[in-house]
Amino acid sequence: MSMQREESLTTTGEVITNYTINFGPQHPAAHGVLRMVMELDGEVIERIDPHVGLLHRGTEKLIEQKTYLQALPYFDRLDYCSPLAMEHTYVLAIEKLLNLEVPIRAQYLRVLFAELTRICNHMLNMGAHILDVGAFTPNLWIMDLREDCLNFFERASGARMHSAYFRPGGVHQDVPEKLLVDIGDWLDNRFFQLFEDAMSLVMDNRIFKQRNVDIAVVSRDDAVAWGFSGPMIRAAGIPWDLRKSQPYDVYDRMEFDIPVGTNSDCYDRFMVRVKEVYESAKIIRQCLRDMPQGPIASTDGKVSPPKRGEMKQSMESLIHHFKLYTEGFHVPAGEVYVATESPKGEFGVYLVSDGTNKPYRCKIRPTAFSHLQAMDFMSKGHMLPDATAILGAIDVVFGECDR
Amino acid sequence: MAVLHSAPKFASNEGVIDAISETISVWLIESYDSHGELVFRVERDAIARVLQILRDDHAYQQLMEIAGVDYPSRPERFEVVYMLQSLTKNHRVMVKCSASEDTPVPTVTTLWPNAGWLEREVFDMYGVTFAGNPDLRRILTDYGFEGHPFRKDFPMTGYTELRYSEEEKRVVYEPVVLAQEMRTFDFLSPWEGADYVLPGDEKSRGAPTVAEPKTTEKPGDTGAGKKADEAAAKPVAPPAPDQKDSGKPAPGAPDATSKEGGR
Repeated sequence: MSMQREESLTTTGEVITNYTINFGPQHPAAHGVLRMVMELDGEVIERIDPHVGLLHRGTEKLIEQKTYLQALPYFDRLDYCSPLAMEHTYVLAIEKLLNLEVPIRAQYLRVLFAELTRICNHMLNMGAHILDVGAFTPNLWIMDLREDCLNFFERASGARMHSAYFRPGGVHQDVPEKLLVDIGDWLDNRFFQLFEDAMSLVMDNRIFKQRNVDIAVVSRDDAVAWGFSGPMIRAAGIPWDLRKSQPYDVYDRMEFDIPVGTNSDCYDRFMVRVKEVYESAKIIRQCLRDMPQGPIASTDGKVSPPKRGEMKQSMESLIHHFKLYTEGFHVPAGEVYVATESPKGEFGVYLVSDGTNKPYRCKIRPTAFSHLQAMDFMSKGHMLPDATAILGAIDVVFGECDR
Repeated sequence: MAVLHSAPKFASNEGVIDAISETISVWLIESYDSHGELVFRVERDAIARVLQILRDDHAYQQLMEIAGVDYPSRPERFEVVYMLQSLTKNHRVMVKCSASEDTPVPTVTTLWPNAGWLEREVFDMYGVTFAGNPDLRRILTDYGFEGHPFRKDFPMTGYTELRYSEEEKRVVYEPVVLAQEMRTFDFLSPWEGADYVLPGDEKSRGAPTVAEPKTTEKPGDTGAGKKADEAAAKPVAPPAPDQKDSGKPAPGAPDATSKEGGR
């Protein structure tokens, strides 16, 4: 932290000194490369000016240069804590423009892995949040569970984090039966024991509550006006979940509840995430129970590639394969804004197509933008150490915020 | 058109265009429903007024996003698109207006506090200014950056690159030097007139022109004639031994193709 003194004279002639502090960009509690210029009155925060963009990589510009399929892996690298949720929005946006039907098994697989991603993301965020306010052990325990999730992703797609598993029209490949069995076993025999152990250390912990309860209380009206979404708006007591209100894929067949907070403080945000993990597990169990057999990608040869075996038999498949991996598929001209419930909130893609094989414009709506912007009014009047708790409860990742 | 895709489904669009158009008809340029999205194009100067009506009278409480788009061929090249969401009606609409570099768009920070950063981003990336935004700084690009990178005429490589200089012990900015040409491939349809020449392709444009064509004056110069034929007929090696067709297939030879054909 670098410090700089600002001196101002009061009417009585005594000198009051305000500190201006640089929080980050190299700070372990800044969750990445966030720089916050803080103006402090003693230890009380007067004003925060978050500087974002230190990780800006021009993803949206790069996407304009790639075909629709080539642009997909960029989405893994946005919110690298929940890569599949990012892909989900993008493939749904393409499918909406194409009006493409996705086989039901593919929809189940997507929902299954999106919920596994949600658990994976919450494990990281809650661990980091707990760590930020001073407890070490739970983070180590639930990081182990996150590792299990990553192993499942690896078994499905071959990559632990940047899976590129969801594709326009379905998913890349079917999963082995054993993987689905193992996911079920993991939920039944391992996950909840470890998770509940870890949570029992913090949920009723006196210190954890002192650091989080009544910190950064946001009223319902403010949460709506600031464009909050995800656990941030649910903690404010608004039961708003895009999986429920604007269902996509097979979420309309799933039975789950939307946990909401009552006090809209950092503790509620944390608890909403804890409860969401249980709801996600519920959805995963339903997916495993109901998932039918069948194709895992659209049968439209103009969009999804043929199987290897078909390519060796059929000239048409060979041509489709060649055209798909050189030219790519063409998407009808138009524009859509598709938003899904990513683990952090509403993640949206505004996709403009001009009828060619490359997106004309792909605007990504990061969840963190609205939340981080509210950092100033949320932390006003709180103490300096509360800033880390507030930041932890926002759940911000800079790959996504800065794009 | 029947809806086949499985993208998020919000409340029905039916009758929404009429209901909204009625209240903003003065400023409305066009409205349409395509791909299941409602889009209202309105006059730039009235954007704040229109959005306020949508927020207060039509219950679109949340401003989720402001996106800029660049269409260089249009007289007013930029489009600013506002995505609104209604929590109570469970519905989304888009409102857009056009702008150019020197025509500021009225700010909506007065309606939604989170518009501040969203407008800053459009300004940073496209250079669209927002009249009334109290804090219109750059947001995503580097401190001291020049230009607006998401414009279509801004090169993808940018103009400057930075590195840590061991001599000066600090980060220095230098003009971009590309070690190899930018790899941009136009796969749109390579056989239907891509606008670049592949290496070697120039040869297919017809025979190259030669300044002085080579000719032969008289037939003797060509090397043809009786003498040359005799020389060519002379054997240079002993003749091959006679081979008789035994009628049987040679060992290891493939089966003859059947008369009916087939695969």
